[in-house]
Amino acid sequence: MAWLKGRGVAAVNYPTGMNLGGDPSQALIHATTTGGFVITLSSVDLGQGIKTVGAQIAAETLGVPYENVVIDTADTDTGPHCMGTFASRGTHRIGNAIMMAAREAREVMMSVAATELEVDPGDLVTDGKGRIHVNGAPDKGMSVVDVALAAHFKLGKTISGRGMYMKPKSEVVPETGEMDPDSCQAHACTVADVEVDDETGEVRVLKMTNAYEIGRAMNPALAHQQIVGGAWMGISHALYETTEPYYPDRAHGPTDFSQYLMPGPGDIAEMDSVIIERPSSNGPYGAKGIGEMTANSPIPAIANAIFDACGVRVTSMPFTPEKILRGLDALRGIAN
Amino acid sequence: MKHSVVSLTINGTERQMLVAPGTTLVEVLRENQGLAGTRRGCDQGACGTCTVLVDGKAMMSCLLPVETIEGARVETIEGLTPMQGLHPIQEAFLEGFATQCGFCTSGMIMATAGLLARNPNPSRDDAVRAISGNICRCTGYEAIIDAVLDAAKRMQAAQRSEAA
Repeated sequence: MAWLKGRGVAAVNYPTGMNLGGDPSQALIHATTTGGFVITLSSVDLGQGIKTVGAQIAAETLGVPYENVVIDTADTDTGPHCMGTFASRGTHRIGNAIMMAAREAREVMMSVAATELEVDPGDLVTDGKGRIHVNGAPDKGMSVVDVALAAHFKLGKTISGRGMYMKPKSEVVPETGEMDPDSCQAHACTVADVEVDDETGEVRVLKMTNAYEIGRAMNPALAHQQIVGGAWMGISHALYETTEPYYPDRAHGPTDFSQYLMPGPGDIAEMDSVIIERPSSNGPYGAKGIGEMTANSPIPAIANAIFDACGVRVTSMPFTPEKILRGLDALRGIAN
Repeated sequence: MKHSVVSLTINGTERQMLVAPGTTLVEVLRENQGLAGTRRGCDQGACGTCTVLVDGKAMMSCLLPVETIEGARVETIEGLTPMQGLHPIQEAFLEGFATQCGFCTSGMIMATAGLLARNPNPSRDDAVRAISGNICRCTGYEAIIDAVLDAAKRMQAAQRSEAA
């Protein structure tokens, strides 16, 4: 009896966004009296990082420091509309809406500064550190704080902006099924190295090597973490998670969380991931979505690696020891 | 069944509370004491997100009827957090991207605190074992294990600079 080693490869093309009856998200932005910028959204950050990435996009577009931006993911009763956090659409849809809102707010901010400095707004630039000044003359300028104060207390203006991004509904061609469901596609490939115990049917994932082409990585640390976490989830889907019976019937299946299997910190595979950046044409600063796709390619890669290791072709998830052993029996001509 | 008065030292302050039989520590912390930093997940000891320190040891507060720990010292994430800034473990988790949705984070940090209290210089295996009762559905654990080891280094450095 032996641990058999195998290697499997799988690739994924993943759409950013989906074909709804129109797929909109909106953002509102306004400056506080002291030059902070608050972005109001209904989008939810459940750990994927939209608050971080949204604030980065706003800061870049406004030309102010990241620390000056607050994302308020208010509440769906009071916030501007968002379809939600799904279909890997957050960075793309909400990011585009934030960018549009920030552009409008920047225009007001620059016009207030121009009035105060008595120059043409077209001659002004932001330094990204909290100052606005005449291009080429850093001394002739003022802080964003003073601009905000002037807008509020002298000129009676709001420095604000409205943003929305909508992918219109794409009608399906009845004859061919043809439609335009998404905004762009991200691509990835996973190579899985596994070993299979031909006595117990147990599968161990030894290493996962991933390459992701996700447009511009808005925040490489977050993107990398999404890849690692998603690969873990893929391993979990592939080898562990089910509410269906293990063996031989439902009575032996898990009944609550304490029996629901998933890999723990002692079961993780060595992970090596690279990000390839090819900016998309329509995402904010070239971004595409890297959300759900990270759990996809690990699963068929593991299935292929199991086939490479022991010749068993598993066709349903999870790839439990029972399925591997039944497959090995079939290969040996043993009825089961 | 009669209610009883239980006294616990929670984050350094002695508290007395009237509890129904079987009331768990996590219920007392969240509902009675308003310490919502301790999360309530599975309520059956499977997920570890309710981990707190009881007499210095990391324990799952959903499994502890408070009557059984009368007089114990309890430390939660609120007690670990200094008045200003962050605890070295929190810094390590923050800077190492060891948190995503955050639901497991309090429990992970308290499990780490329990580990480092008894073993200031843990191996990678020690770190894995210390958090093996805590489930994370986001990160894939790699960043958390790295953060536990980084926290150990930060705490040793802090102790060295205190001694100097």
